[in-house]
Amino acid sequence: MATIVQFENVGLRYGTGAETLSDVSFSLVKGGFYFLTGASGAGKTSLLKLLYLAQRPSRGLIRLFNEDMVTIPREKLPLFRRRIGVVFQDFRLVPHLSAFDNIALPLRVAGGDDCDIEKPVSEMLAWVGLSNRASARPATLSGGEQQRVAIARAVIARPDILVADEPTGNVDPEMAARLLYLFDGLNKLGTTVVVATHDLHLLSRIGNATMMRLDAGRLLDPTGALRHPPQIRERQ
Amino acid sequence: MANALLISAADRRLLPEGRMAGPMPWVIAIMMFLTILAAAAAMALAGSAHTLGEDMQARLTVQLPEPNAGLRDAQASQILIGLRRLSVVKSAEAVPQAQLAALLEPWLGREGIDESLPLPALIDVELKRAGDADIAVVSELVAMIAPAARVDQQAQWLQPLANLLKSLIWLAIALVALMTIATSAAVVLAARAALNTHRATIDVLHLLGSSDNQIAGLFQRRIALDALFGGFAGLLIALVVMLLIGDRMRALGSELLGSASLGWGDWLLLFLLPLIGVALSTVSARITVLRALRQIL
Repeated sequence: MATIVQFENVGLRYGTGAETLSDVSFSLVKGGFYFLTGASGAGKTSLLKLLYLAQRPSRGLIRLFNEDMVTIPREKLPLFRRRIGVVFQDFRLVPHLSAFDNIALPLRVAGGDDCDIEKPVSEMLAWVGLSNRASARPATLSGGEQQRVAIARAVIARPDILVADEPTGNVDPEMAARLLYLFDGLNKLGTTVVVATHDLHLLSRIGNATMMRLDAGRLLDPTGALRHPPQIRERQ
Repeated sequence: MANALLISAADRRLLPEGRMAGPMPWVIAIMMFLTILAAAAAMALAGSAHTLGEDMQARLTVQLPEPNAGLRDAQASQILIGLRRLSVVKSAEAVPQAQLAALLEPWLGREGIDESLPLPALIDVELKRAGDADIAVVSELVAMIAPAARVDQQAQWLQPLANLLKSLIWLAIALVALMTIATSAAVVLAARAALNTHRATIDVLHLLGSSDNQIAGLFQRRIALDALFGGFAGLLIALVVMLLIGDRMRALGSELLGSASLGWGDWLLLFLLPLIGVALSTVSARITVLRALRQIL
């Protein structure tokens, strides 16, 4: 399997403070499923920000889709961001847009016409069980419904990488299971999935998932399997 | 500019629409109103200055300060006949003595003006074209008939007025320039405020892969619409004010004020000013937003 993400000795520091992430090195293979765990403040969200190109590292090398993301000109970043679906911890739905329009955003950003957008968005709304809330604004949706809209928005464009920050934090166990099922389905279609979570029960639901554990900004990788995934070693 | 307005209805919804809710259209309307008035004043004054210059340069006054009334009238007649025969002269008319007396009456009183008061004879001359050589021909003829007579160019008396008109024209042009700068500054401030207001939405759009151009397009469309409304509202109010002022000026019956009119080209430029304002606002908004977006990854 091909490497889709590569971090080499990545460090991240906000301002002049201590490093939030230190010497983080790992590779993600195309089609892999990863859980990112760690205590609060361990640096999970910071690592995800680097992954979905919201932040450049203070040091180290990050390669996505075989391109160096540290030195790439910023005007080229949008094309790479369109290949990454993100479920933000705080959802970040656009407040004045309906659920339908929020989910349609990635398709519109990519230049999709209204006639091409209608069907996939309606299907996605049905999939997350929100067909009857298509025209509802985020403020009128419950936390769980907002989370489902955020997830639908992240996956609507069939991204190469799906990054989810605590995606099951606000939903009941049944919906959490459905969402994981959705992530697993996407993963089987070839999407690399990275889910940051505190919920260790989720780990057992995806059989072939790899666990990445952050501790005080450092990635624990005692066997070196994250740095050199077995899939790649086997191929080599 | 048209591209700034032509985006899909769905894209338009990406930023909340609040037409005429904010002060921006009204600020632009006021700016455009003042700009159009200043531009109209500049163009009308330029017309007056041009008319004044053309008319006065070619006009002369022959003055015969002869105390002997009989000799004065005889010389005046000879000069008048001679002038009318000159090919460079378009027209020559004697100013009636009664008119001269009327001009002096405010200073001397009616009793002060009697037949014993030696009034000069005045002849208004209009040349076919203003030129030193033609003036010299007239002066030569007058000196031959009446050596004591003076030939004055009317333009030299009106030079201070012409200078005042030129100053007012430059003042009006400066006002147009200042108004343009102020409008651009207002647009820049409005664009920055809008960016701050919609920062969360912009961040999301960015992370979903929107390019700077896509985001700037949303803002420039809003500003362009505000400028379009404000520009034409300002034009409308300015037109009403100009028509009222024009009416008052015509009522004065002044030749100089009457010459302060606008030609078709001037009117066309005035009608184009709101569109120029829209283009300027759109470009200002675009530059501001693109610069601000470059600050984020």
